[in-house]
Amino acid sequence: MPFLEIKNVRKHFANVDVLKGIDIAVEPGAFLVLVGPSGCGKSTLLNLIAGLDAISEGEIHINGARVNDLHPSKRDIAMVFQSYALYPNMTVAQNMAFGLEMRGVPKAERDRLVAEVAKTLQITHLLQRKPSQLSGGQRQRVAMGRALVRQPQVFLFDEPLSNLDAKLRVEMRTEIKRLHQAMKTTMVYVTHDQIEAMTLATQIAVMNAGEIQQLGTPQEIYNRPANTFVAGFMGSPSMNMVTAAVEDGAVNLPTAQGQSLRLPLGPAARSLAGYGKREVILGLRPEAITDPNGADRSGNAVARADCLVEVVEPAGSDTFVVTRLADKEVIARMRADADVRPGQLAPFAFAMDKAVLFDPETGKRIG
Amino acid sequence: MTTTVATSRIPRRGDRAMGWLQGQLPKLVLSPSLAVIAVFVYGFIGWTIVLSFSKSKILPLYQFAGFDAYDRMWRQPNWYVALENLGIYGTLYIGLCIALGLLLAILLDQRIRIEGGLRPIYLYPMALSFIVTGTAWKWFLNPGLGIEKVMHDWGWSSFTFDWLINPDMAIYTIVIAAIWQSSGFVMAMFLAGLRGIDNELVRAAQIDGASAFNLYRRIIIPQLRPAFLSAVIVLAHMAIKSYDLVIALTGGGPGNATELPATFMYSYTFTRNQMAVGAASAVIMLMTIMAIIVPYLYSELREPGHGR
Amino acid sequence: MAASVQAAQIGTARFWRVLIYTTLIVFAVMYLLPLWVMVVTSFKTLDEVHEGHMLALPEHFTTEAWSSAWGTACIGLTCEGISGYFLNSIKMVVPAVAISTLAGALNGYVLTKWRFPGHKWIFALMLFGCFIPFQVVLVPMAQVLGKLGIANSTTGLVFVHVCYGLGFTTLFFRNYYEAFPNELMRAAMIDGAGFFRIFWRILLPSSGPIIVVTVIFQFTNIWNDFLFGASFAAGGSAPMTVALNNLVSSSTGVKEYNVHMAAAMIAALPTLFVYVVAGRFFVRGLMAGAVKG
Repeated sequence: MPFLEIKNVRKHFANVDVLKGIDIAVEPGAFLVLVGPSGCGKSTLLNLIAGLDAISEGEIHINGARVNDLHPSKRDIAMVFQSYALYPNMTVAQNMAFGLEMRGVPKAERDRLVAEVAKTLQITHLLQRKPSQLSGGQRQRVAMGRALVRQPQVFLFDEPLSNLDAKLRVEMRTEIKRLHQAMKTTMVYVTHDQIEAMTLATQIAVMNAGEIQQLGTPQEIYNRPANTFVAGFMGSPSMNMVTAAVEDGAVNLPTAQGQSLRLPLGPAARSLAGYGKREVILGLRPEAITDPNGADRSGNAVARADCLVEVVEPAGSDTFVVTRLADKEVIARMRADADVRPGQLAPFAFAMDKAVLFDPETGKRIG
Repeated sequence: MTTTVATSRIPRRGDRAMGWLQGQLPKLVLSPSLAVIAVFVYGFIGWTIVLSFSKSKILPLYQFAGFDAYDRMWRQPNWYVALENLGIYGTLYIGLCIALGLLLAILLDQRIRIEGGLRPIYLYPMALSFIVTGTAWKWFLNPGLGIEKVMHDWGWSSFTFDWLINPDMAIYTIVIAAIWQSSGFVMAMFLAGLRGIDNELVRAAQIDGASAFNLYRRIIIPQLRPAFLSAVIVLAHMAIKSYDLVIALTGGGPGNATELPATFMYSYTFTRNQMAVGAASAVIMLMTIMAIIVPYLYSELREPGHGR
Repeated sequence: MAASVQAAQIGTARFWRVLIYTTLIVFAVMYLLPLWVMVVTSFKTLDEVHEGHMLALPEHFTTEAWSSAWGTACIGLTCEGISGYFLNSIKMVVPAVAISTLAGALNGYVLTKWRFPGHKWIFALMLFGCFIPFQVVLVPMAQVLGKLGIANSTTGLVFVHVCYGLGFTTLFFRNYYEAFPNELMRAAMIDGAGFFRIFWRILLPSSGPIIVVTVIFQFTNIWNDFLFGASFAAGGSAPMTVALNNLVSSSTGVKEYNVHMAAAMIAALPTLFVYVVAGRFFVRGLMAGAVKG
């Protein structure tokens, strides 16, 4: 039975519909990530789960109980905020114990729980300091400690890593993942960073303009995006998407030199069975377009062609090569030592079994 | 875990009442202050307005008298003296305070080493009661023993300073004392304003070849508009309310040479037993202040980013 | 650049610097003169005062005037100096400042962290109350205080000052709490803290600076007030300022200028002391009261 159920939840502010009917079922112990651009409604949804805001329509159930009208402190949840929200006038230990204190847990028990969690997070030496004396990473740990001490049934995270520098972000991400593996508590995590979403989640909800664009595992979201929005949002650099005409199980793409590149669709052609139109949007991730030596030889649908190189961007571990197909920029990821020069033709290998096709009118995936 | 959620979920009758109470708590906490202000500010204003339309003399008499009190007020020569004095006093007070405050602020902003010592000296008069100020200046300007005598002692024997007892000049003594009291505050406002001006603007102007005079006139002073506005508002407000200083310095005299609307109101209400007339003058004072404050408050509270 | 031109330029610059410093110091002297005169006169004998060397230091330094002002000067019909009235002021100021500050803090808290529709209007109405000329509430207040039986009493004055101080204290705290992060509120709510607990445990402990500013502002205004004191507590419970005015403006007998100056100094010392000790906060209070936000 799902542990957290969000049923047809809607939220309006004045005349604006911020959430337009959200349905999500989260299994116990899952890690749900709500990801999307600013303004998509993910933080609003998190606040509704927490009870910090009232639901306009629909229901939220936690562990079988309807929580719509429950005060946040009675939902047995804990939240980690983007700005950590540590009480400035209290020590770390007092911050962590505050929630327990409000619930009437006796002092001895509070101290014990705080000490335990401090040990897990390696912040025991910080217990008597005030938040102003801590670094960003330390404050983040304390914020997590405050949530952990409560032993809630659901953890909520509101973009907790956004205020950290890049290196710290990667470290903390791993910590959070480790924590989840150890505790197996249900977690709901909001972020605008699709890498965080991919690395942390067992289940991702991609949101845009108050609606869920796709709900699924990271693999599903990445390899079989439901529409062009999801395809373009997840993955960096974004998936290449070009409009092309379909003919006999292959797409024809006009190249920069004025010729037409014919790419056989391979297995993807089967999904075109019921599709009546002539044009599709072909989606291929940069890692599916590479140099012939780097191409996956076991792939059963690799098409080769020479294309004109416009820009070469060496990135250390790979080289990103920009070419132009169907009058659109296409980015390929080649091996670091690939021999390519701007302004010259170079051999490209397209792994067509990784291709995804979209309907140009609706943006939805075909098949 | 399941049990905890289940029991805390079942709303008991007491819980719901407590919940409602918690929800209303903010408004409950705010309401005493609101009630106090509603009654003692707005209610009382209404009361005074009613009094101004009544036949009250020594004590309130709630019989409608139309605009009688206002008529009588406008027929008092005292009232015209009061208004004229307010005009002279107000204009000089505001104008000179701003000029002096601006000058001191600009000078202090020139990276003066003793700024830390000078600023408190200009500002300390604000800490004094108007009564103390009035008392001090009454002595300072004392004809015979004050500044006049000092000048005589220093050799300027024809110097006379009898303004305090001169009906034509007495109002200017109040101007002097008031400027002494408030100009430090205006200086502090302008200094804060000057310090808030983006240094890059100044450097750009200097590269463009602006002389110091032009720099101030064309670039810096226009940037101080908010400080000007605030200063004028605060000073105008204080000028209209001025009562303490007049009482201490001249007592409204000599005769009624330094009568101001505030002293007019007090004397007509409490000593001349013309409560309705006094109330009418108070209403006029209120309206004058409202004419200045309300547009200012409205524009301040409407700023984007405020409220919501 | 020719040395002579350079020298001329430095000369001009120095000229201006000297001029600026001189101007500032001259003004400083002018600002200090009245205070100097007050102090100096208060330590002279009356005879010396009559000699009329206002600016000179006392030849025979004496604290006679001070002890007379404190304990034996005649104010109205009693000749017991201003000590009693000084005490009255203290008895009035302390509760008035405490109550209005606390109320202002709670109001600011509600107006910024527990918003409800119309909160801007309510705030505007409270704010406007700061600006009214008090002449317009004198008569009604006298009537009400009389009916409540607290006319001419310190309690009455405390009540009056609280009423009319609420607007300012609410303004100060409201602006301060506006900048207080809302996420702290949310964290506290999830932790289970209610309305008052959030106020006492989280907001108030972080309010040090604004409390100081508000207290100083209120203390100065209430201590220095004259109009309310004269209107509502003219007799035995009069505050310091009223007593001082009575002392100085009495038309009977010889004017003991030294005693007057001593009394004025006594009246001025508390607020001057606060100003010297906490001047920074004093200025902040003045600015916050004038420039919103």
